[in-house]
Amino acid sequence: MATLKEVQSKITSVKKTKQITKAMNMVATSRLRGAQTTMEAFRPYAEKFSEVLGNIADKAGDDASPLLTPRDEVNRINIVLMTSDRGLCGGFNVNLIDAAEKLMDDKSAQGFDVSFTNFGKKGRDWCRNNKFQITRQYLNVVGGKFSFNVASTSGQELIDGFLDGSFDEVYVIFANFQGMASQPPVVKQLLPIPVIETAGAEADDDKPYMAEHIIEPSPDELLNEMLPKNVFIQIYNALLETSTSEHAARMKAMDNATKACNDMIQNLTLAYNKARQAAITMELMDIIGGAEALKG
Amino acid sequence: MAELLKLEVVTPEKYVVSEDVEIVMAPGTLGEFGVLSGHTPFLTSLKPGRINYKDAAGKEKMLFVSGGFTEALPDRVTILAESAERRRDIDIDRARAALERAQKRLAQEKVENVNFERAKAAMYRAIERIKIAETRG
Repeated sequence: MATLKEVQSKITSVKKTKQITKAMNMVATSRLRGAQTTMEAFRPYAEKFSEVLGNIADKAGDDASPLLTPRDEVNRINIVLMTSDRGLCGGFNVNLIDAAEKLMDDKSAQGFDVSFTNFGKKGRDWCRNNKFQITRQYLNVVGGKFSFNVASTSGQELIDGFLDGSFDEVYVIFANFQGMASQPPVVKQLLPIPVIETAGAEADDDKPYMAEHIIEPSPDELLNEMLPKNVFIQIYNALLETSTSEHAARMKAMDNATKACNDMIQNLTLAYNKARQAAITMELMDIIGGAEALKG
Repeated sequence: MAELLKLEVVTPEKYVVSEDVEIVMAPGTLGEFGVLSGHTPFLTSLKPGRINYKDAAGKEKMLFVSGGFTEALPDRVTILAESAERRRDIDIDRARAALERAQKRLAQEKVENVNFERAKAAMYRAIERIKIAETRG
């Protein structure tokens, strides 16, 4: 049986932990709101962009851009792994890293050379511990405030690497924010760019007839300008999704932790009361025993 | 009064402009162009530069775009820019500093270098920003 004092100090310590987890939960909640707003602000741009891209994609030739052409022989693969910088967010990073491991095993089995581009410390550390090749790392991006610039700088590097033959395929792994409860990891091919859905593919029966666009400069040239931007948009979008998911995951994890603290406090208080009662009973017994003895 | 068309300027971070306008002038890669209501569908890329437009009340407004794309349709113009700033939002000190930095770079780099191209682009952007900020409106 634990002594009164031991239980008491345990309770104080759990209470302190609860304060911390509660505060972290609140911080995550407010950050989540911010991240969601940014995500919503980005949506119109992404939607309009793919609309315009779809409009020209079917007018340009199939081999308009080297970014669209799959390599005949694939040897080197780069995986862009997005994780958070900090822990205490439940299984969030583990899920992402699992997905990366699966993809990597899959590709290695086919005899490809795999390297990593890391967003986030957790994924970076995992790569480092396993001695995987890291081509580039970006820390303090996911989960914080970042601008479109990060996406375009990193995207440009990936495109350069693809064009000069450092990689033959590029994949991105990120967390898809589907709501508070689920942020499953998603693997997406970034380069070569998968077939673009053309505007003509959808049945546009409800839209009035519209004349063909005049395109300046030529569709091929315009497409060549837009495709790299499309890659940046994908990366930016993946970063936004991952950040939002991170905050959601942390919120959930901290909520659970706070609940667990409450349970523990309750149990410990019970144990404390029991111990106190036991002590009082013991004392009473002593007194009564003493009184009985005096009576003789 | 002329018929109006809808102007939308969108960047990855936010909607910069969404209003009804009379006319839009934008810097296309093959030259500046103007759009009035009833324009034939038109798609082009943009250079860094200024966009002028006249709103429904006939007031002239101006903003800076750092390049991007435009889709013009008979009833609306959509401008997709990586960044766009209204005249009052331009940070002129920052633009001046960027200009100075770019010029220094240009003096050092070789012409065929990638950095040279980047510095040149940065210089154009800075010059355009300063020009717009200094225009009295």
